[in-house]
Amino acid sequence: MSIKQKLVDFFSKKEKIQGGGGTKAVEKQNAMGKMTARERIKALLDPGSFHEYDLFVEHKCNDFDMDKKQLPADGVITGTGTIYGSPVGIFAQDFTVAGGSLGLAHARKITKIMDHTVKLGIPLIGINDSGGARIQEGVNSLAGYGEIFYRNTLASGVIPQLSVILGPCAGGAVYSPALTDFVFVVDKISKMFITGPEVIKTVLREEVSMEDLGGAKVHTEISGNAHFFANSEAECFEQIKRLITFIPWNNAKKAKSFPAKPPKTTLNIEQIVPADARKPYDVRDIIKSVCDDSDFLEIQEKFAANIVIGFARLNGETVGIVANQPLVMAGVLDVDSSDKAARFIRFCDAFNIPLVTLVDLPGYLPGVDQEHAGVIRHGAKILYSYSEATVPKITLILRKAYGGGYIAMCSRHLGADFVFAWPTAEIAVMGPEGAANIIFRNEISSAKDPDEVRKLKVQEYTEKFANPYIAAANGHIDAVINPVETRDYLIHALNISENKKELRATKKHGIPPF
Amino acid sequence: MNTETQNMNVDDTLYETTFTKKFLQRKPYEKADPGKMHAHIPGIIKKIFVYEGKRAKKGENMMILEAMKMENTICAPADIVVKKLYIKEGDIVVKNQILIEVDFI
Repeated sequence: MSIKQKLVDFFSKKEKIQGGGGTKAVEKQNAMGKMTARERIKALLDPGSFHEYDLFVEHKCNDFDMDKKQLPADGVITGTGTIYGSPVGIFAQDFTVAGGSLGLAHARKITKIMDHTVKLGIPLIGINDSGGARIQEGVNSLAGYGEIFYRNTLASGVIPQLSVILGPCAGGAVYSPALTDFVFVVDKISKMFITGPEVIKTVLREEVSMEDLGGAKVHTEISGNAHFFANSEAECFEQIKRLITFIPWNNAKKAKSFPAKPPKTTLNIEQIVPADARKPYDVRDIIKSVCDDSDFLEIQEKFAANIVIGFARLNGETVGIVANQPLVMAGVLDVDSSDKAARFIRFCDAFNIPLVTLVDLPGYLPGVDQEHAGVIRHGAKILYSYSEATVPKITLILRKAYGGGYIAMCSRHLGADFVFAWPTAEIAVMGPEGAANIIFRNEISSAKDPDEVRKLKVQEYTEKFANPYIAAANGHIDAVINPVETRDYLIHALNISENKKELRATKKHGIPPF
Repeated sequence: MNTETQNMNVDDTLYETTFTKKFLQRKPYEKADPGKMHAHIPGIIKKIFVYEGKRAKKGENMMILEAMKMENTICAPADIVVKKLYIKEGDIVVKNQILIEVDFI
């Protein structure tokens, strides 16, 4: 064979495999409003940056006439590329090939790119679009899943792992995304569940649609399994690209620095924050008035909205922001908001991202449902992750910081490096009404006019204790600051914390209250 | 998210805020009534061995609830007399649905 013939042969082989499941299957995929695996990779990565590996991998299954079936690329495309010049490893399941089903060869392609990304120290992006296990391959298909989960776990905290759900992701398959750091879903396209509507109907006689069981809205609003919701695949890819700019390649690096930009809106506390601690405001307005270019990438926006988490930049450097949201549930900590914040804090700590905590909360959410749902162990997660974190920790108390909530929100006592407070801060063991009712119980109940006495006592307590100065007098906070100086104080604290070192006792790992 | 503000009580202070759907849909606490027995799992009532007014000894099988292809026997928690049956054979029940009310003897 001449070189020319060899090349022609090579091109025809390659073209055939790159066609995936064939024109009909591709048309079907597009008709569902879905891009093909190759289109997705092309849309997500920098133009021309994708380099594919293992195109010619084939399965070795001989049962059920599988030896007669050729599955192009074994239903998954793997390779490396760049996003805004930053390297990433990627795999994308190809639904047009045997429904993207996972057999051993398919899984081994994925584990190979996973091993690569860990060694290279680059983020991994997994695009999931698969009917599940390739049943013909039996237990080998299960082996494949297990080998992926194992690597997800070992890679956790070493490289950022992103999962993109662009089709069904059911049964065991859901546990790979669940073990990764960020899960992206798209309305009407993503479906995630352990057992599908059919099984639920047969076994439990409950009827539910796929969308109501495990659609994109369910996982971003109710279950909290997903972190980013998009209306289209294109929008989803923009979210991924944006996230990549905020996070480092691996746990030994820092996130990329950008030129510093002033916020688009300037901080006017009197316009944003009501003086009365019982009145709500949107804490995101504070974040946007402080961070570079007012650019805040919120994570899990619709889930446990009583706490706000996300990435922003201060003076060009990425920070992780955790903020109580007085607009929702008065900003209380509860089961879901503790889970949400705790996991985010651990991500930031693992990837050298300083933490900025904004505090305005009345405490933990009271209620039988919360106690029975385990608010003790879930609430403990936030204490654990703040205490455990050794990245620079800067806390700003905006307004109320009462009781256990005050301690939990990265107080000095949990190792905050800097604690600042606005003059509007109220750092106290509890709110004035509750405190007065306990401290002056006898005086109030024995008074001729209990309501009047209560009012006076509440006022007395408020004047004496609902301020930042007692905490400041005890050194629990480092400085009471003028709100207009907030950005300056935060940036200075970050700058001088750049080489922060905190040595801890050696251990295999801690035991967080999972 | 609900945009209408409501008052939320934390430690005697009323905070003006919005409630999440999850919070609004939470189940209010009810004190458990030991005489009322509920389905611990969704399934189908395969067989009922008791009727209203029937006495049963502690541990006596009162009915079979088939769920997840397994037959679960619902036994008398003590010596009882059946006060009310809320289901009949062949009924499909959801989790926590009331099945039977008994009086303790």
